[in-house]
Order: sequence, then structure tokens, then C-alpha cells
Amino acid sequence: MAGFLLRRLVNYAVLIAVATSLAYMLAALALDPRSNYEGRNPRPPAAVVDAQLSLYNLNDRTPLVRRYLRWAGGVLRGDLGRTWNGDRVDAEVRRRVGVTLRLIVLGLVLGSVAGVLTGALAAVRQYGWFDRLSTMAAFVVLAVPTVVLANMLIIMAVWLNDRLGVQVFLVSGEHTPGLDGGVGAGLLDRVKHLALPTVSLALGQIAVYSRYQRNMMLDVLDADFVRTAMAKGLRRRTALVKHALRTALIPAVTYFAFTFGSLLVGATITESVFGWHGMGEELVASIRSNDVNMVAAISCFAALAVLTASLAADVLHAVLDPRVRVS
Amino acid sequence: MTLPEEEYAEIAADAGSGRVPSRTRVVAARFFGTRQGRLGFALLALLFLLAFAGPLVAPWSYTDMDFSAFMRPPSASHWFGTLQTGSDVFALTLRGAQKSLTVGLLVAVVSTAVAAVVGSFAGYFLGWTDRTLMWVADLLLVLPAFLILAIMSPLLAAGRLLLFALMLALFLWMVTSKIVRGMTKAIKEREYVKAARFMGVPPARIIYRHVLPNLASLLVVDATLNVSAAILTETTLSYFGFGIQPPDVSLGALIADGSRTALYAPWTFWFAAGVLVLAVLAVNLVGDSLRDALDPGAGGGR
Repeated sequence: MAGFLLRRLVNYAVLIAVATSLAYMLAALALDPRSNYEGRNPRPPAAVVDAQLSLYNLNDRTPLVRRYLRWAGGVLRGDLGRTWNGDRVDAEVRRRVGVTLRLIVLGLVLGSVAGVLTGALAAVRQYGWFDRLSTMAAFVVLAVPTVVLANMLIIMAVWLNDRLGVQVFLVSGEHTPGLDGGVGAGLLDRVKHLALPTVSLALGQIAVYSRYQRNMMLDVLDADFVRTAMAKGLRRRTALVKHALRTALIPAVTYFAFTFGSLLVGATITESVFGWHGMGEELVASIRSNDVNMVAAISCFAALAVLTASLAADVLHAVLDPRVRVS
Repeated sequence: MTLPEEEYAEIAADAGSGRVPSRTRVVAARFFGTRQGRLGFALLALLFLLAFAGPLVAPWSYTDMDFSAFMRPPSASHWFGTLQTGSDVFALTLRGAQKSLTVGLLVAVVSTAVAAVVGSFAGYFLGWTDRTLMWVADLLLVLPAFLILAIMSPLLAAGRLLLFALMLALFLWMVTSKIVRGMTKAIKEREYVKAARFMGVPPARIIYRHVLPNLASLLVVDATLNVSAAILTETTLSYFGFGIQPPDVSLGALIADGSRTALYAPWTFWFAAGVLVLAVLAVNLVGDSLRDALDPGAGGGR
């Protein structure tokens, strides 16, 4: 097991290095940080622009290989470089990861738990009213793009706020700046801000997980070990929860881990629509502002997140499934 | 469920003349036997008809601007209303639907084909071929697709729809190719494949004749799922302005613009959003029924 894990880790390290290098090269070739300076009014002298760009290792007149080596050397020493106007990339990334985590964790937990329960319940009463209803609802949710869903929620919330005459939902940002009134009021304010993005994240998750979980559950419901458990005198409910659900959870775990990994940068739309300044928003902003080093840092982070998630999935898999531990 | 009269007569006639009904016909009969399948197919056909035949009867084209009507609600001259610029929302929505449907179909075909070829070659040859191909698949899985596509968006300027679709397809084949690889490894051990191998049939021909037909059901379903995945990815990219470039429009770009004015001018948002939702829903319905129809274990249509 240890040897297998070590080989995996080495393979992952190589994958991350290659993926990040590719992203850096692509960004360095396709983006144009020079235009950020030359677009200024009054236009700075060429020598000044060159000096600035060289200082941040963004000068397109330096050969790509030289720029890459200087950047890679920095990354190895833990320095992710500078943004086009001189801020430290690692400080910015650290700040934004916190925002994204606060945004997605609740939505992910709610979505995965509710999704698994919905799917399991639908499978137990296959073709019952709950199964039909949840299947139809899942199809509709899956067909609605996140952009449309998020905007629908905002439209609904604004309408509801108008109707009630109170601001129940706040649709923009993480908290109200300059709000005073103690910890309680601050917390309530955050909850009001968090409600809509959480719903928009959770709905999609519920739809996906309930579909997966329903199919997995259907596969194990007729399995011999569930029937044996009931034949030995276990109540149906206990047999279903202890034996069927546990087994059906194993494949779903892989999906949980991967969604978590990909959502860290994948919540771009949710962040943009609801005005949270997290990683996803930075991804779009860094491309717009020709920020080569930031783009490379985000790719590195994305690769790291996906691979950490897949490693976590392997470990969880081993915990849930004794067969993995034996072989 | 009982078979309709003519269908029954057809099958009886087939049996009488000693012919076995072809697989395509069986699958089609099962597919159209479900309400879901009929609904999805009809919806999709209707959307295609609307997107490609609609502009012929519409009074405005998507490049026209009506300087006498800015931001007007739907009326007799502008069926879906107008934008701030005076553009006709009906014409824009149809143009967007054309682009989204074309991109979706093109990407689905290309990415499924790549997944089939890569997966079956990796699973058949194993060894170094397998390791190299799967490493490339892993690498593409780890690269953030959205970021790469967004960086390359200046290259995909107006008129390069084909290039855009190819780039999109590049990031959609990896997971399926892994499933195909696993199934190929199993199929390779079957007797008829072994027989063909010992008779000296070249590997490429074995893959196309014996391996891929066995994976047909998986691949068809994957293709339908990829249609909606491609449409949604294109929408997300266009929402941020990285997709199909102006002056052309796609549904994503329309939704992005419309969402800013949706509160006081709902027609700028809801028509484009509605067409997109209907398209993705239709494709999902078709995919789901197709999966049931292709499943050899299932009985007749439910």
C-alpha cells in the first residue's frame, strides 16, 4: 500500500508540474501584459514600460525560455511571482481561497447529503410518486444552466423582498461593509448573504447526486447480502441503511471528492453573479487583465485541488470498502 | 404495454418471411415507444426547425437595428421585443440557438469519436500505448478547461466556429475514454476477438469491426450527454465574453446581457434562457430514453 501510494504521489507531482508549465507557456504566449501599460494616458515611455515588465518577469521581449526558467525557479522556492501591477500572487491567492471556501462548503455539504437521501429514497420506492417527482425535478434542474438558475434566484429574491418590505435576502457580496451592531448582527448579515449562493450551488448538486445515488442504490437493493441480512431478522429499514446505503455510497464518494476539487475554481459563475471575490472571479479577472503569473498560479491550484481530491477519494474508498484494504 | 397494430403486423411479417428485425429498428421502436423519447425527440426537432427555418419568416435579421424601438416589450413588429440597441430579440435568439445547437452537435460527435478511438486503442494494445494515452487523458483532466479555453478565446474570433468546437471537444473526451478502455480490456478476452487475432486480422480492423460495435450503446449515450455538456460550457464561456465573438451571438452571450436588464425588461432574458433550457432538457430526455432503448436487459418500452 505504501509503495502504491508513493508511486501515485510521484505521478501526481509530475502531472501538476507539466500542467502548470503548459498553462504558464500558453498564458505567456497568448496574454499581453504590455497592453496594460501602453493603454494608459499619458502613455509612459517605452523604456519605463520595459523596465516595469522585466521587474515582474512579464516582458514579452525576453525569450520565453528565460522567463519560464526564472518563474519556475521562483515557484520551486515557494514564490509564485507578481501580478502585472506588482502585488504578490501568493498573498492574493491565499485571500481568495478563503472566500471561495466560505462560499462553497455549506452548499456542498447540504447538496451532497440531500442528494444522497433523495436518491436513496427514490430508489427504495422505485416508480413511486417520490421517485417520479424527484426524477422530473432533477432533469429540469440539470437542464437549467447555473447562470440562469442564479439569476432566477436573484429575481425571485428581489420580488420577495419587495413584497415583504424587508430585506430577507441580500444578493451581492459576502457581508455588508461598515455594518455595526455586534457579532449577532454581523452573523445574521452573513447568513442573509450566503443563503442564495448556497441554494444555487446545492440545487445542482442535489440533482446530480440523486441521479447517481438512485442508480447505485437500485443496483444493490436486490443484492444477496441485503436479502440475507433481512432473512436473518434485521428490519428492512436497518438492512437498507446499514448494508445497502453503505455499499451504494462507495462510488458516490469519488464524485464528492471530485466535485469538491473542481468547485474550488469552478464556482466562477456563482461568484460572479453574487459578487463574491473568490478564486473563480479571479480566474476571469486575471485573463482580462493579462495577468500571466496569476493564471499560472490558478492552474497550479486547480491541478492541486483535483489531485488532492482524487487522493482523498482513494482513502475514503478504502475506509468504506474492506475489499480495497485486503488486496 | 401492447404494440400498436401496424407495428405488430410489421414484426409478424418479418417473422413470416424469416427475417430478424434489425437492431436499429428494434431500438427505434423501443425509443419511440416511450413517452419521454417521443417528447424529447419532438422538442429537439421543433427547436431545430425554429432555429434554422425561423429566420426565413422573421421580419428582422440579427444584424438589423430598429432605431424607432429601443427596449420595447414584445409586439406585432418585434415578436420577442427589442434590446437597448434596437436589435430584434426574436432574430437574435434564433441566431444564438443556431450557434449553440451546431456547436453542441459538432462537439458531441468529435469528442465521442476521440474517446472511442483513444480508449479502445489503449485498452487493446495496453503497455506503452496505454500508459501514454492515459497519461495524456490525466493531464487534460487536471488542466482547468475553462481557463485554457478562455485564454485562447482571441484566437477563436468570429468565423472560427469549427476551431472553437474542436477546442471544446478536446476537453470532453477523457472520462469516457477511460470507461471505453476498461470495457475494451474485457472484450479483448472474448472468443471471437481471439479467433480474429489468431487468423491474423490486423489490430486496427479488429477494433473497428469487433470492439467498437460492442460499445455502441455506451458511445451513443455519451454523445447525447456531450451535446448538453458542450452547450452549457459554451454558454458559460460566452457569459464571460470568451465564447463565440461579436458581432455573432450565442445563447450564452444573450443571457449574459439579458440578466442585467431582466428585472425591468424580462423579455431580454427569458426568451434566450427558455430556449436554452428547452434544448438541454430535450437532449437529456432523448439521452435517457436512448439508454433504456439500447439496454439489452430491459423489456419493451415502459
